Amino acid sequence: MILLAELFISFFLVAFVSFGGASAVIPELFRIAVIEHAWMDARTFTELFAIAQAAPGPNVLIVTLIGQHVDGWQGAFWATLGMCLPMSLLVGLLFKHWDKLQHWRGRAAIQLGVAPMAVGLVLASGTLIARSAEPGVLGLLLLVLTIAVNLKTKLHPLWLILLGGVLGLTGLL
Amino acid sequence: MPAPQILESVTKSTPTPAALFFGFSRVGLSGFGGVLPWARRLLVETEGWLTAEEFNVLLGLCQFLPGPNVVNLAVAVGVRFCGWRGAVAGALGLMLGPFLIALVLGLLYDRYGELPAIQSMLHGITLVGAGLIIATGLRMGLNVKNRWVYWPFAAAAFVGITLLHWPLPAVMLGGAALTIALSWYRLSQEAKA
Repeated sequence: MILLAELFISFFLVAFVSFGGASAVIPELFRIAVIEHAWMDARTFTELFAIAQAAPGPNVLIVTLIGQHVDGWQGAFWATLGMCLPMSLLVGLLFKHWDKLQHWRGRAAIQLGVAPMAVGLVLASGTLIARSAEPGVLGLLLLVLTIAVNLKTKLHPLWLILLGGVLGLTGLL
Repeated sequence: MPAPQILESVTKSTPTPAALFFGFSRVGLSGFGGVLPWARRLLVETEGWLTAEEFNVLLGLCQFLPGPNVVNLAVAVGVRFCGWRGAVAGALGLMLGPFLIALVLGLLYDRYGELPAIQSMLHGITLVGAGLIIATGLRMGLNVKNRWVYWPFAAAAFVGITLLHWPLPAVMLGGAALTIALSWYRLSQEAKA
């Protein structure tokens, strides 16, 4: 009961800073799950991240997996609800006024201002996850290859994830 | 009798909550590494519930707020067509399939996660996943307007979190206060000019 409440409240609060979606707040999710509550070790966190990437669906599934690991399906439910609820409610409330707000200077200012912060957060998330995986030289090459292929081609990311899994199995990364 | 009001844009059909649920279910389950393009395909191209312009306006609302953007989008589209019942149907449709798959994967991981083969595989996927996120960040960075004004803030947030280990909420909120004030100031200057 207390555990479920902790899951719900922790991710409810994270939702308010997750400009750029769940991918932007991975360091904060790590802090909550590994450092603050000691729900899992760093390796488990990284592996749950990998599973979330390989599964279909929105990036917020990392939160679902953390909740599941902590307290089964109920943990998954409350963690996911916590992350999704606050902004869903705000969207519902703001929706009617959005037409008016569109021409408000504050709206443009917020959108312009938040974008670069989201960029910094998302890049930091990717970098910290890569660092926690402690890649060797070949692992770093795979990382760079993924970035280049994803930026320069239209190849479906699933092929890269498959490549990562197969190369991982060789144990060379 | 007054002439019927001409709507700005006429869309093909108005979905019911059930249609929203099943539509967003397909979106949720087709999306690997990014669900938004699939949402656009459903809403604008396949079903024609929204015009491209309406989609962009709604997307603007969802990106204006923090949180999972696609969930926000499902809620916004649902509210637009069917009120709160539509919102619940859209969000539930989007999340239910992926949620159940994640539960099964989580259970499998709890049972078999210690196997060396699984760990090596996940190690490789972690690196690809990190690469995909970095690529997303770089793409978002290239889309930032007035980049020479705003990139330094992105860089500062990056360094603050990765090297200096500052707490992320403080970086986000503190940094956003600065960047929003700056863009407000710049917009006022533009309005005067």
